[in-house]
Amino acid sequence: MPRLILAALLCLSLPAAAEEVVLGLSSDTVSINTNFDGSKILVFGAIKRDAPFPEEPPMEVIVTVAGPSQPVTVRRKEKMFGIWVNTDAVEVDSAPSFYAVSSSAILPLALSDTEDVRHRISIPRAIRSVGAPANIANSETFTQALIRIKSRSNQYQLNEGTVSVDEQTLFRTSIALPAALTEGDYQTRIFLTRGGSVVAQYETSIYVRKVGMERWLFTLSREQSFLYGLMSLAIAIFAGWGASAIFSLLRR
Amino acid sequence: MQIYLPIAEVSVNAFLLLGLGGIVGILSGMFGVGGGFLMTPLLFFIGIPPAVAVATEANQIVASSFSGVLAHFKRKTVDLRMGTVLLIGGLVGAALGVMVFNYLKAQGQVDLLVKLCYVVFLGVIGGLMFFESLNAIRNVKKGKAPKRKKHNWIHGLPLKMRFRVSGLYISVIPPLIVGVLVGILAAIMGVGGGFIMVPAMIYLLGMPTKVVVGTSLFQIIFVTAFTTMLHATTNFTVDIVLAVLMLVGGVIGAQIGTRIGVKMKAEQLRILLAIMVLAVCGKLALELLLQPAELYSIAAEGH
Repeated sequence: MPRLILAALLCLSLPAAAEEVVLGLSSDTVSINTNFDGSKILVFGAIKRDAPFPEEPPMEVIVTVAGPSQPVTVRRKEKMFGIWVNTDAVEVDSAPSFYAVSSSAILPLALSDTEDVRHRISIPRAIRSVGAPANIANSETFTQALIRIKSRSNQYQLNEGTVSVDEQTLFRTSIALPAALTEGDYQTRIFLTRGGSVVAQYETSIYVRKVGMERWLFTLSREQSFLYGLMSLAIAIFAGWGASAIFSLLRR
Repeated sequence: MQIYLPIAEVSVNAFLLLGLGGIVGILSGMFGVGGGFLMTPLLFFIGIPPAVAVATEANQIVASSFSGVLAHFKRKTVDLRMGTVLLIGGLVGAALGVMVFNYLKAQGQVDLLVKLCYVVFLGVIGGLMFFESLNAIRNVKKGKAPKRKKHNWIHGLPLKMRFRVSGLYISVIPPLIVGVLVGILAAIMGVGGGFIMVPAMIYLLGMPTKVVVGTSLFQIIFVTAFTTMLHATTNFTVDIVLAVLMLVGGVIGAQIGTRIGVKMKAEQLRILLAIMVLAVCGKLALELLLQPAELYSIAAEGH
């Protein structure tokens, strides 16, 4: 009997090797220049197969884009002595600065729970939280709050049904990057699923970089901070003097 | 027109910032306050990270104060001697204040303390000024002469010095103490401290209102320049693009404000400043008292 199950499992996993993702991106770099006001990235690709594709269960595509992760602290306010004060805090070990999940069907349909745990695909799974201090009750509300606040500013996006799949072979979707974007490598993953389990995946990176003046100023502020400070002051003094001089000219 | 700020890492509308800078600049020129206590909350509101807002605001205050003080130098309404005494006190106070600030930060709750500081100081100062200038306006209407030079305990202190521009002959100890106290508060609250300095100079030192504004601006330049350098070198939070946008509006506003200021009566100037201070105080108090729409907040990188 166990041998039979093993054989069945082998049969199930066989198509995984048979399907492969070939990916295209509208651009693999996003340049942040002075008039940067958000960007759209087109993710498209095809599925390469060695054998004719199985009809059932239907294939679904999930695309995730994750910005650089960092630890964040989520605080909760409570009323004390009549005023609202930050009381409890939960440290989330690692939360991406940006995270978008796009899928061809609603996520519970395209992805089983076990696969979600394994690949950290859905937004709550993408956030890593080792656990809150024991003295804080219902600590999961803190992660929920993090997702809620980030979603409101489009930093976290769940776009169900936005990946269009043609002929079970071609897929494409577009992901809107908000204007408030942090620099870094944005890990982009594409998952092919059948019946909720991942049969193929592909990973690449989108490079988000400051360019031109943005780049120069940022580097200067980190590496030559004293000079940068003096420059800021010089500009301030010069602007103050300039306005004063222009106005006294105007009065004459 | 959207502009991406390299340090704040957000994209904002350039004209909005120019406008805000201009309004705050007008107030700065009129009242001799840096405007930090108004601008910083406004920057929070449009989505600039608090650390960047506080640091960049200091830089902008340097510009608008410099622009304003030049206009006052032309009218000879800056008491350099008094300004220097206040400045010495102010720098000592700022250094002490940074130490107090770091201690509070280690204890947590620094946000709350800063806000409470604001509410208490803005409330007390705004309230006192409001009623005092209201009385002064009434007295002027009744035809009573305003009595300014009171002889109190301050005149009994040693180390007397003549402050010609202010028309005072008093001990240097009170201005030094005022300087230190304002410096401490300025460092804790992340502002130039003009809104505390101006009333202190009028009511504690008995300086004429017209001289107070220029002198306050004079010392604010140095205190905020010091703060800017501190933030730029330790926290890397000064956003030069944000600063330029605000200060272009700010310096123009400061010039206009100074011209409005000299045309107005001293009591009117004081009552307007009082109303403004009370309004900000009321807004902050409401924030503490009313239930916020979002109970949770996110802070990056620990703490």
